[in-house]
Amino acid sequence: MSLARTVCLLLFLFLTACGQDAPWNKAQAQGGAQFVTGSIGEPSNLIPILASDSSSSDISGLVYNGLVRYDKNLKLEGDLAQSWEVSPDGLQITFHLRRGVKWHDGHDFTSRDVLYTYRVTVDPKTPTAYAEDFKQVQSAQAPDSYTFRVTYAKPFAPALASWGMPILPAHLLEGKDITKSPLSRNPVGTGPYIFKEWIPGQRVILEANPKYWEGAPHLSRYVYRIIPDNSTMYMELKAGGVDMMGLSPVQYQRQTTGKEFLARFNKYRYPASAYTYLGYNLRLPMFQDVRVRRAITCAINKEEIIQGVLLGMGQIAHGPYKPGTWAYKPKVDNDPAYDPVNAKALLQEAGYRMGAGGILEKDGKPLSFTIMTNQGNDQRLKCAQIIQMRLKKVGIDVKIRVMEWASFLTNFIDKGKFEVVLMGWTISQDPDLYDVWHSSKTGPKELNFIHYLNPELDRLIVEGRGTFDMAKRRDCYYQIQEILAKDQPYTFLYVPDALPVVTSRIKGIEPAPAGIMHNFIKWYVD
Amino acid sequence: MANYLIKRILMLVPLLLGITLITFTVIHLAPGEPVEMATAMSPKASAATRARLREFYGLDKPLHVQYGMWLSNLSRLDFGRSFAPDNRPVLDKIKERIPITISLNVIALILEFGLALPIGIMAAVHRDTLLDRAISVFVFVGFAVPTFWLALLCMYLFGVKLAWLPISGIHSLGSDQWSFFWRTADLARHLVLPISIATFGSLAGLSRYMRSTMIEVLSQDYITTARAKGVRERVIIYRHALKNALLPVITLLGFSLPALIGGSVIFETIFSIPGMGQLFYQGVMARDYPLVMGILVIGACLTLIGNLLADLCYAVADPRIRHGRG
Repeated sequence: MSLARTVCLLLFLFLTACGQDAPWNKAQAQGGAQFVTGSIGEPSNLIPILASDSSSSDISGLVYNGLVRYDKNLKLEGDLAQSWEVSPDGLQITFHLRRGVKWHDGHDFTSRDVLYTYRVTVDPKTPTAYAEDFKQVQSAQAPDSYTFRVTYAKPFAPALASWGMPILPAHLLEGKDITKSPLSRNPVGTGPYIFKEWIPGQRVILEANPKYWEGAPHLSRYVYRIIPDNSTMYMELKAGGVDMMGLSPVQYQRQTTGKEFLARFNKYRYPASAYTYLGYNLRLPMFQDVRVRRAITCAINKEEIIQGVLLGMGQIAHGPYKPGTWAYKPKVDNDPAYDPVNAKALLQEAGYRMGAGGILEKDGKPLSFTIMTNQGNDQRLKCAQIIQMRLKKVGIDVKIRVMEWASFLTNFIDKGKFEVVLMGWTISQDPDLYDVWHSSKTGPKELNFIHYLNPELDRLIVEGRGTFDMAKRRDCYYQIQEILAKDQPYTFLYVPDALPVVTSRIKGIEPAPAGIMHNFIKWYVD
Repeated sequence: MANYLIKRILMLVPLLLGITLITFTVIHLAPGEPVEMATAMSPKASAATRARLREFYGLDKPLHVQYGMWLSNLSRLDFGRSFAPDNRPVLDKIKERIPITISLNVIALILEFGLALPIGIMAAVHRDTLLDRAISVFVFVGFAVPTFWLALLCMYLFGVKLAWLPISGIHSLGSDQWSFFWRTADLARHLVLPISIATFGSLAGLSRYMRSTMIEVLSQDYITTARAKGVRERVIIYRHALKNALLPVITLLGFSLPALIGGSVIFETIFSIPGMGQLFYQGVMARDYPLVMGILVIGACLTLIGNLLADLCYAVADPRIRHGRG
């Protein structure tokens, strides 16, 4: 065993040799105005139109600007556009661009960049997933260096928000193949942070832009560490290796409560822009009866799911909007409350009778279905199990099937071969519901895969996206929420909370409806 | 011997072709396509977008055409470009991840053989004593304890509580400005936990194997003869028995060659090590065909070479085999 002894001795020597004067000890003591955040995933491509993952947009969001952006109250405000006008008929938007903005390499930002970004996005050769909103544009012009004008064939309310798309530097990209551009790993933007370095699989480093038009960010360096495991990230947080991360409900409730922890860290909590739902395949006769769908919703105790799965870190969802946003209707009259007795009555009315084994039957067929969900999401699985238990109590037999994401989509969702799915949507800032709910979106690979067809809903969706009048839009979306609550094509389950934690070294954080990142450039260290 | 070698090398070509054909078919049989994975459930992607992306990646062509194209590129050592949104050459992606994976695996392999062989010998020599049992328990604990759990416990103890070792990653922030000595020391510090845990977990197989071959050899007649002649026990064990007991280990070493470029996903994920395991896993999940095929081809080559080398070494080490084949 002398070998093992030697190894141990070497290790010990090594550890003690690295005493106080080792550079890592100094580096840790410094800290300074460096901000380290952890991410599960690695960015894929830093040319924003070519990437659709959240890691890429975390970085792009600090390196680039759009023409418009959402402020802390989720209202659109000018970003690279100082102001804009919508023509009275709602068909034309004229943006007046901010003057004196420079790209990180020193070039002037002008309307040419905006025009290029629009053109390259709609170019059929560009492999982007973001062309749809821009395809509604009939024509785009840049009358002078600081004016940009777009014309639409019909009024299109989400259009304005679509110009939040990060603007790309025309002088570096025009006439080149964007898919092979070095900018995808070495971006040049106009934003508050300048790209410095990307070490694949490890981290991306950004540095404050001293000439940023809103003023230089206080935190001089932004480090985006890739830590694929949530538990490891939590250890890094406690050891001081990262300054910010998103907590899971268990971590928030059970592992980050001590006095010592709360002195070192600030926890935040606000609704995330996402909801989880149970979606019924409306091609199946079983689910075409609205009474069955309403009965299922009545039988599910959403509050219990939130307590059990999210440890209370979330709120009940009644519809596709986030509580507190302008399109969200606070009190939805048609929403079925938790009421197992009513659930049984509704099923009775729909013709179901109690059969052998405590399972309801109609025409000799038991009321039984499978809830499918994707692998790797523990919350959804737990949620399905709680629903299974509740539905059993009213006489519905539920099986659960968990599948790998790719085969789940290809073999079941796309082919319409499912009964009930448990899935989630992110809630976009603009309340337009066309892609998920309009009856024209029921084709293969389209998002209305539950096949919900409702002409009244279609009319309201089209009306809502066809006007810039906020009061009118809100009215449409309020009516839509009532219809969805009455019809229950989905059982909307919950909106989880986002649970970020930031080291208390960082000051100046202002939680708002938009979360905490909205004033990141104003964060500072004492 | 030379004839044998040439025959073996020629055999590798059809074998490799067969492997690529099968893996290519299997990966394309898996449901879902790269384009779909990138645009699934995205309200911003239309059918036209998808068609455009499929054309961009050449997925609109029939499968055999795709395979032919891939093969002809491969013959020019071009592994193609990744289907991930970064669209980088596959070889670049592999190149930046292979050094850390190989270094980790080589060190772990040396430690594994360096520790497991003596442990196995010791257990065999002291067969059925308390020491033997203690060793068995020790190596089986290492085998049975889930790596991720042990890793988290060690991270908490050495990283958070005692703050002796870094928790994850392979370099400290800002280490690029340090001198070469400190950079190396920093890397070594980062590797202590992963390598110790990897080695601990892999001791069982090899040491048990060593133990059983050693016991078998020790019961041979020539060992009894040596003992009868009054040869010292040390000499018997290390000169007479060990040489013969090590023969099968050569084969095991040959099998370890392809494992040098493979990484464990769980392991790399826990320690945030940007290695091959993660790359391959992400490639499979995103149906990044060129990347998956690239890694598989390299792995297949190494497996075949490893087998060949093991056979050759065996022939060199064991005169019976060498002379048997003439």
